[in-house]
Amino acid sequence: MNDTATDFQASDYRVVIGLEVHVQLKTQTKLFCRCSIRFGQPPNSQVCPVCLGLPGALPVLNAHAIELACRAGAALNCELADLTKWDRKNYFYPDLPKGYQTSQYDLPICSGGYVDIPIAPSVHPTGSQNVYKRIRLVRAHLEEDAGKSMHDEHSGRADSKIDLNRAGTPLLEIVSEPDLSCAEEAKTYLSELRLLMVYLGVSDGNMQEGSLRADANVNLHFVRDGKTVATPIVEVKNLNSFRSVERAIDFEVARQSSEFLRTGLAIGQAPKQTRGWNDALGQTELQRQKEEEADYRYFPCPDLVPIRLTSLQKQTASEQSAATPTHYRDRLIHEHQLKSNDAEILIQQGKPVVEYFLHCIQAGADAKRVSVWMLQDVLRTLNDRSIGIELYPVSPSRMAQLLAAIEQGRVDTSQAKQALAKLIDGPSLSVDAAIESLGIVRVDASEIELLCKELLAENADVIDKVRAGNTKAVAALVGQAKKKNRNADPRLVQETCLKLIEQMQ
Amino acid sequence: MNNTPETLTLTALGQQLRSGGLSCRRLIENQLDKVHRSNASINAIVSIDSDRALAQADHWDRQIASGQSVPALAGIPISVKDNLCSKTGVTSCGSRMLRDFRSPYDAHVVERLQDSGAILFGKTNLDEFAMGGSTETSIFGPSHNPWDLQRTCGGSSGGSAAAVAAGLVPASLGTDTGGSIRQPAAFCGVCGLKPTYGRVSRWGLISYASSLDTAGVFAHSVEDIAIVLQSIAGHDPRDSTSLPHDVPNYLDAIGQANPIQGARIGVIRDQIESPGLDPHVRRSLLEAIETYRKLGAQILDVAMPHSKYCIATYYIIAPCEASSNLARYDGVHYGFRSTAKTASTLDRMIEQTRSEGFGPEVQRRILLGTYALSAGYYDAYYVQALRVRRLIRQDYDEAFANVDVLLGPTTPQPAFRLGEKIADPIQLYLQDLFTVGANLAGIPALSIPIALGPEGLPIGMQLQAPVLAEAKLLSIAAGYHRAVEYQPKLPAAFEDPTS
Repeated sequence: MNDTATDFQASDYRVVIGLEVHVQLKTQTKLFCRCSIRFGQPPNSQVCPVCLGLPGALPVLNAHAIELACRAGAALNCELADLTKWDRKNYFYPDLPKGYQTSQYDLPICSGGYVDIPIAPSVHPTGSQNVYKRIRLVRAHLEEDAGKSMHDEHSGRADSKIDLNRAGTPLLEIVSEPDLSCAEEAKTYLSELRLLMVYLGVSDGNMQEGSLRADANVNLHFVRDGKTVATPIVEVKNLNSFRSVERAIDFEVARQSSEFLRTGLAIGQAPKQTRGWNDALGQTELQRQKEEEADYRYFPCPDLVPIRLTSLQKQTASEQSAATPTHYRDRLIHEHQLKSNDAEILIQQGKPVVEYFLHCIQAGADAKRVSVWMLQDVLRTLNDRSIGIELYPVSPSRMAQLLAAIEQGRVDTSQAKQALAKLIDGPSLSVDAAIESLGIVRVDASEIELLCKELLAENADVIDKVRAGNTKAVAALVGQAKKKNRNADPRLVQETCLKLIEQMQ
Repeated sequence: MNNTPETLTLTALGQQLRSGGLSCRRLIENQLDKVHRSNASINAIVSIDSDRALAQADHWDRQIASGQSVPALAGIPISVKDNLCSKTGVTSCGSRMLRDFRSPYDAHVVERLQDSGAILFGKTNLDEFAMGGSTETSIFGPSHNPWDLQRTCGGSSGGSAAAVAAGLVPASLGTDTGGSIRQPAAFCGVCGLKPTYGRVSRWGLISYASSLDTAGVFAHSVEDIAIVLQSIAGHDPRDSTSLPHDVPNYLDAIGQANPIQGARIGVIRDQIESPGLDPHVRRSLLEAIETYRKLGAQILDVAMPHSKYCIATYYIIAPCEASSNLARYDGVHYGFRSTAKTASTLDRMIEQTRSEGFGPEVQRRILLGTYALSAGYYDAYYVQALRVRRLIRQDYDEAFANVDVLLGPTTPQPAFRLGEKIADPIQLYLQDLFTVGANLAGIPALSIPIALGPEGLPIGMQLQAPVLAEAKLLSIAAGYHRAVEYQPKLPAAFEDPTS
C-alpha cells in the first residue's frame, strides 16, 4: 500500500462516469446483407454467406442504416461527417465469424454532440420547471453486431453453441464524455437516449431483446485540500437494463472507494480493468486486466467504399430528427400548460401517446381535461389490455367529443366514464349514441326554458337571493329540475334561470 | 477428334458445336479423355464432376438440335481456379484449411459462365489462397508446365494456365492479385487477361487481398479472351467495388480493320533495359515493338519513376489485407479444425487449427500483415504503402495521358524450374516485378505469347491500358497476333495422339 490513500477519507470523492451505448437500429435487414433482424427466430435461421463469413462473400451496405444513423446524429446534435468509412476491428472470437468486426475507427459518421437529460426534481428541488444537464458526446459510429454464444454447462461437457442470427445487425455506438456524476444520472441518460431513439424511429428501444446495451467507464476523483487523485478507470460490461446500470455503478463506486482507501493505487498505477456485471449476484466481476490497450489492428475495409453524405441527406436527417421528447416536453408544458410531472408521464409513454394527446386537443378538447383523462382512464385501459395506443378503440376525435359533452354539461364525469366504456366496446359507436344509450337525451332549449319558468314560479326565494347578488343560489334548482326531467342539463338549467331572472326585472 | 488450330480455340469449337459438326457430348468426352491421359503429368485440375459436365453437354445438344438459339458459350468446357466458389464439388483454395469445403453458392463469374452456357469443367490448382507464383504452395502439390514438365507453370493461377496450354479446356478462369494470371499465361504460352479492378465482380472470389484481387481469363487467343470477358464483365450489386459502367462489345472492338495504325504505344524503357531481364525475352520484345512500328503505331518511351517501389508496396498491402481476410479460418464455423490434444481451450484450438491448416507461405504473409498493421507500425508500413500506391497510380495516369497502351515484359524470364525458387521467398516475390503495378493501379493488363525461346519455353509480352480500356487493350493485342499470323498450338507431348 502506498500512502496516497491516507490523505483522503471515504467521502472525499466525486464519481466520473462515461457510457458507451449500443443502439440496435430499426432496419428491416442487417447492416451488410439482406437477412432479417427479427428477434426470437430459431437459431441460425436468419443467416447467409455474408453474415456467416463464408469464403468469398462480400458486404453490401444497407442504406437505411445510414439514414437512421444520420437522423440519430442530428438529434444528438452531432456533426455529421462529409466523408465516413468502414474499418475492420480484428480479433478472434467464436461468435465473430469473419475474425473482424466491420466498424468505424477514425472517421465516424457522427462526431461531438450532446444530450440534455432532465434532472428529476428530487435531485434539483429548486423548481417545478424542468432542469436539464448537458451530457457531451465524443462520437457515434456504426458497426455490426456479433453473434451469440450459448454455453451449456449443465451437460458437464461445457458444450457451446453459436447463434449467428444477430451477427451483422446494425448498431449505433454512442460514446459519451465522462460527464455523468452518479448512477442515477447514468440511468437517466440511458433512459433519455432510449426515449430519443424510439421517438425518432431509430430503434425499437426494446431492452429485453438487447436493442440497447451499455458499457460504463467508471472511476472516482478523490479531492481534499486542493489535491486530486483519480482511481483507475474500470470498464463495466453487459449492462442491459436501467436497473443494472444503476446497481452496477453503485457497486463499482463503493468497490473502487474501498479499494483506493485500502491500496492507494491511482490511475496509471494499476492496469485498466474490464469487469462484467453479474446481475444475479449483484456484483461486478473481473474479466480481464490489460497493461495497454488491446491492439485491434484497425484498417480501412477494402470490401466497402467510403460514404459521402450529401447535404440533402443531412437536411433530411435534421428534418426527421425534430420530433424529440424534449420538443414534445416543451409543447406539453409551455403550449398546453401541463404540469411537468403530468407531461413527463405522457412523454415516457412514447410518441404515439403524446400524438394522441395532441390530436385530442386539435379536435377541440381542453388540454387539462385530456391529460386528466389520459393519465387516468386511457393509460389504465392500455395497461390492463397490454396494448399500445394504436389499438386503443377510442379515436382522438371521439375522445374530444366525449370531453366536450362534459364541458357542455350534457354528462357528468361518472356518466362520461360509462359512455367511454361503451365507446371502448363499440368502436363504431358515435359519442352521441353512447350518451343516449345511457338514457341521457338531449333536451331542447325551449323545453328547458319552460321547465325553468316552472321552477322559478315555485321557488320565489331563489329569485330574491339572486337579485341580492347570490347567483349561485340557482344551483339549488338543479336537483328539482332533474326530478322533473332527468335529462335536463344542469348547467343549461342554471344559465336559463339566471337569464329569466334578469328578464323579470 | 483432333486438336488442330481449328479446334483449339473456343471460337472454332463454338462454331462447330452450333453448326452441328461436333456434338457437345463428343467434345466433353474427348476433353475428359484428355484429362485422364494428361492431368496426372501436369496436375492442373484438382477436381472435376464428369457426370455433371456430360449431363450439361446433353442438355446443350438437345437445345442445339431443337434449333433454338443458344448462348455464346453453350457447350464450351471452361475450368475455374479453385479459389472461385462453386456449388459443384469442393472449393479448396489449395489449402488444407478448405480441403473439404463445399460452397453453398456460386461465385458471380461461375454464375455468369453457366448463364452463358459454359460447362464447368474442373477446378484448377493454385498456390494456397493464391499466395505464390508457382503453385508449389498448393496442398495438392505443384502443377507442371506442359512445355517442360520440370518447370513451373507459374502461379498462383498455374493450374488454369496449364489446363489451357495442355488443351484440356479452351479457356479457364483465374484470379490476379499481383500477376497471378499474367505470369502463368506467359510461362505457359497462352493469353491471360487481368481486367480493370471492379470490371468483374469479386462475389465468390475467395479474398486474398481485396483491393487487388481481380478475376480474369486464360485462353488461346485474344478473341477467346474477349468472348469470355463479355460473359463475366459487368456490374454486380453484391460487390460494392464493382463498377457500374456499361460493358462494350469486345469482339466488335477487336474486329476493327486496323487497330494499330496511329496507336500510341508506350514502352517502359526501364523494364526492357532491366539488367535482370533474360536476353531472349528482351530480343523478342524488341521484335514485337518493331512489328508494331511497322504496323503504323507510334512508339514512345515512358518512364515510371515509382515502379521500383511496386514490389515493396505490394508486399505490405497484400499481406495486411490477407491477415484480416484469412482471420475467418479459425476452425469454429467451417473448414479444417485441429484435433490435436493440445487444442484443449478455444484459443489453443484456433491457434493449432491455423498452424496446421495453413502452409508456410500463407502463415508468412499473415504474420507480415499482422505485424505491419500493429499499433506503432501501421503508419510506417500500411499508411506509407498507400501513399506510394497513389504515386504509382499517378505514374500510370501521366503515362496514359500520352499513350494508349504500355508495352513491356510480363516476367523477367521464361518459366523457371520447379523447386528453384521456393526456398527463397524474395526471389519468388521478384517474379511479380512487372505485373504488380497494374494491380496497385487497378488497370487492365494482358499477357500474350510472342515467341518460343531457345529452350522451347514460351515468352510473354505484357500490355497495360487505362482503367476500363479493355476494348483498346484487346484490339491492340489482337492486331499484333493477326499481323504475325499467330497460331496457338499445344506442346508436342499434349497433341492429340491421332493427329
